[in-house]
Parts: sequence; structure tokens; C-alpha cells
Amino acid sequence: MSLSPDLAPTTTGEDIQNYTINFGPQHPAAHGVLRLVMELDGEIIERLDPHVGLLHRGTEKLIEYKTYLQALPYFDRLDYCSPLCMEHSYVLAVEKLLNVEVPLRAQYLRVLFAELTRICNHMLNLGSHVMDVGAMTPNLWMFEIREDCLNFFERASGARMHAAWFRPGGVHQDVPLKLLTDIADWLDNRVLQLFEDAISLVADNRIFKQRNVDIAVVSKDEAIRWGFSGPMIRAAGIPWDIRKSQPYDVYDRVEFDVPVGTKGDCYDRFMVRVEEVRQSIRIMKQCLRDMPEGPVLTEDRKVAPPKRADMKQSMEALIHHFKLYTEGFKVPEGSVYVATESPKGEFGVYLVADGTNRPYRCKIRPTAFSHLQAMDFMSRGHMLADTTAILGALDIVFGECDR
Amino acid sequence: MHSAPRYASNDGVAETIAKVLGKHVVQISEANGEIAVEVVTAKLVDAMTLLRDELAYQQLMEIAGVDWPDQDPRFEVVYCLLSLTKNHRIRVHVRTNEDVAVPSVTSIWPVAGWLEREVFDMYGVLFEGNSDLRRILTDYGFSGHPQRKDFPLTGYTELRYSEEHKRVMYEPVSLPQDFRKFDFMSPWEGADYVLPGDEKGEQK
Repeated sequence: MSLSPDLAPTTTGEDIQNYTINFGPQHPAAHGVLRLVMELDGEIIERLDPHVGLLHRGTEKLIEYKTYLQALPYFDRLDYCSPLCMEHSYVLAVEKLLNVEVPLRAQYLRVLFAELTRICNHMLNLGSHVMDVGAMTPNLWMFEIREDCLNFFERASGARMHAAWFRPGGVHQDVPLKLLTDIADWLDNRVLQLFEDAISLVADNRIFKQRNVDIAVVSKDEAIRWGFSGPMIRAAGIPWDIRKSQPYDVYDRVEFDVPVGTKGDCYDRFMVRVEEVRQSIRIMKQCLRDMPEGPVLTEDRKVAPPKRADMKQSMEALIHHFKLYTEGFKVPEGSVYVATESPKGEFGVYLVADGTNRPYRCKIRPTAFSHLQAMDFMSRGHMLADTTAILGALDIVFGECDR
Repeated sequence: MHSAPRYASNDGVAETIAKVLGKHVVQISEANGEIAVEVVTAKLVDAMTLLRDELAYQQLMEIAGVDWPDQDPRFEVVYCLLSLTKNHRIRVHVRTNEDVAVPSVTSIWPVAGWLEREVFDMYGVLFEGNSDLRRILTDYGFSGHPQRKDFPLTGYTELRYSEEHKRVMYEPVSLPQDFRKFDFMSPWEGADYVLPGDEKGEQK
């Protein structure tokens, strides 16, 4: 085909039309099944319409057909990068409706493992964010930490990812002492060294800064109106952390700082998460130091099963066990909205109970929904290549977004 | 005492809300340590603006739909509000039917756009003023509203990849075995069905 020079689009006075491209649903930087319909003017994004729901599995509907205990493992499968933090909101919601008191050791264990989950989640997010903007090595190094975390989950619950370890009233099983000492060793001698090594490669790196500083700046006001939470709202400069302001379990007994960003750009979001990892390590050390001995599950036999040994001796224990694993426990009528600080932001559960053994309605508030929605205004005027940085800094997982 | 998130006390909050919202309020209830305000559906935007500007509930965190098929109006839409300055949460409830639109709060909080789309997708509740009320989570071309209590868990269509046609095929759901919904409720309490044989006693 021959093209005469006077007909080429750059030499005639004609308008160049915007064109629309599809980003995903199969794209390595889409962090799952995200389809972005982008309208571009050259390489500048004019409009961006995220299509979600490709991973919709009807979790909320399924939960309505399960007992309260059977519904728990579904929460692992929401944000599969931070499974225990998802369970945390749910068990706290059920406990709030039942008004069950949780033994102190169980509260410490839950906080310990929620923070381990936070480290695990941030390793994946920071690593993939770095990789999205072009650096390979930190991701590989951080996966080493993630592997350690998964091994700890396995030793506590038997499963590497979908732990299903928290229970309404405590945790399923106590952890062996060796696991706690190993975690302490890991915190003292291994995790920070690996982490700081990996971060030192990118935090002050010129190329990394060029790709992230001043990209997708979000003001305080915008962050509030768009329902931001977690690292996203903190990066915008608002010191809001549910662990601090609305403490649950033993978060009011541990000391930690809430990092806050100054500009609200992608680099701030990255650095807020980096600092959160250091704070999580601090919280975990305090948990290990202060954790008392004692039961790890409530003694209320209408909620938590008896010990195996008791069942060999006591008829009543056997009946309780049978009733709990067939009928399940009944939750009194009422509704609660319980939100906790998951690694990605505010993860909430709106639970409506009708007095039976099944939830009448369990609405899950994903963090990704409001963050991804804001991506349209965050990306406008930026280059096509910046979408990967923006998306990486949003920290989105589709199991949770689509439910 | 449970260990769920502990925010600022509810003392006097209900009275303040009742005073500020005035006749927009249908009822205010406090249960499980949470305050729920039911407002007149048509006055939702006014009530929400007052809550945000007068009472400092700056953030809308969640909109949840609930289906109560036996009640009229059938649907409940629940707005979870958060105050960052007062460190407090409340819920705002409105009731609506399939054919009565709820005023959209997108003018107050842009985040409501997707949240309302989800309620529309799952329940078929309409939102007046939402400029982009498309389906969000379900498949392109989906029909029905899956979170309604009368929508079956299995759905109506299933899809598979057909090697023969080289494309994804949509077919009506066919179950080799009926979907079994076990009822574990104790027959001594709570179960409202007739046990086989019980009817003989009734006849006497």
C-alpha cells in the first residue's frame, strides 16, 4: 500500500480522533481479571471505564445458604492475598451479634496473625507494583518473605493460603510454642534484612521515582468523598487507621505509628505501605512479648465446640459437638456493620441475622470497589503507561472486588 | 463483652440526629451498640446532606441492599456512614419497592455511583439521579437480580466451552440431582413445617 505524504494524518489539517482500547481482562499488569476500557488521545487517557465482575462467584448469596461456621471459609477466598484479615471482620461481626467474649490469648493470636497477613499482603503488592513499573529483583526478594509467611500459616492452620483459622469466639487451634519462637527469630533476624534490602533498591531509585512521583495525586477532600480507606486515605494525608481509632481485639494494647503521606501520589502510597510493614513487625514483637497463656477459644459451648478429650468422657460435650457441626449455632436477631483495617483498607461486613443458624444477609464491603471506581478521575490526563503504576498503587485483588 | 471495633460512644447521638433531621426521620433505633436511622425515602438526599454537613459524617463507606419478600415495601437499602472527626458510625436505612426509585446520593458522595449500581444489579432497586445505572458484577447480558430471595442459588443459565462450536455456550441449568437445602433446625424449636405423621394428631 502506498501512502502519499499529503494524505498522512500529521500533514493534513484533519482532527485525529480519540481511540478506545481494551486493557485486559487478560493482562499481566491488571492484577487479575480487570477490563479497562480506555479512551485515549494519543497516549493521554481521556476516560477510563473499569469493567469488573469477571470473577463474581456469588459469595454473598452462597453465605445465605450456609451456617455461620460454614460461611467462614468463603472469606479466605475473597482477598486471597490477605485471607486472615478477611476472616477477622466476619468473626468480629458474629461475635458482636452474639456478644461473645474472646479469651485474651486468642485475641493476641488473631492480632499476631492479622499482622503477619498484612506483611504477606504488602510483600505481594509492593513487589508487583515495583515489577509493573519495570524492576524485577525486589519482587523476587520479597517473595522470599512471603514464602516464609505462608509457611507460618501452614504451621498454624494446616493451609498455606486459605487458612480458615479464626473462629467466632477465638481461633481454631492453639499454635505450638516452637512456631512462636520461630516467628520471633524470623522477626529479629530475617524479615527486616530481606525487606530493607529489597526496598533500598527502589525507594530512592531515580527511575522508580520518575514513574511514581506526582502520578495520580489525590487530595484529602477527594479521598474522603471517594470513600478511600487504608493506605489510600493515609497517603492522601489523613491519619485514619481503624486499628488506632476504633481498636478491636488487642490493638489498643500495642504501640504502633500510623504513617501518613504528604502528596497523595503513587509514591506516597508505596511508601506508606513500606512503613506499615515495619510497624507490623513492631506489633508482632509486642504480641509475642505480651501474649498470655490460656484458652484460645471461648468456653461458651453454644458457640465453640468442646475439646476432643472431653467428648470421650462427657455426654454433654458430645451433644454440643454434634449440634454445633449439624445445626450450628443460632445468632440472635439483629444487624451489625463491622469494619476492620485489612491491609488494603476498610473491609466491612454488614451482617443481618434473623435468629436462625444461617445469616439472613451478609453484605461484604470490599476495599477495592471504591478505590477502583476512583481510578477514572485519578488516571485522567496521565499517560497510558502510568495506568500500571496507578493500578499497582491501588492494591486491588479481584477475589474481593467481585466477590 | 465482645472485641469488635470500639468507636465513640452512642450517648446522645440519637437525640441529636432526631433534632437535626426533624421530620425526615421515620424511626431511630439502637441495637447491638449501633445506631440505625430510618428516613423517608423521598427525603434521603436532604437527610444525607444534613448528616454530612451538620453532623460531620463525612464518608459513605457502603450501601447494602436487603430483601424482605414478606414485607411491604420489599427492599431495604442501608447506607453505612463514617465520621472521621467524631470517630463514629451510623447506618441510614430507607425502604423501597421495585417500582419506586430511591434518590441517588451521587451528588453528595461520588463513591455512591458503583455502590448504587451494585444494589441495582443485585436487587433491581432503581436510583433516580445516578447517571450510570448499569449492571456491574453480573455477566454482560444477564437478566434477573440474583440477590433477591426468590432467585434460586443455582441461577437459570450455565455456560460451558463447546469444542464443537468453538465458543462459549449458554444453556439452561440442568442438575443431575436436585439442589438439597438441608434443614438442621431442631424439630423441638424453631421448625415450622409439619413432621410426617403429625397431621394425624391434628385431625382428632
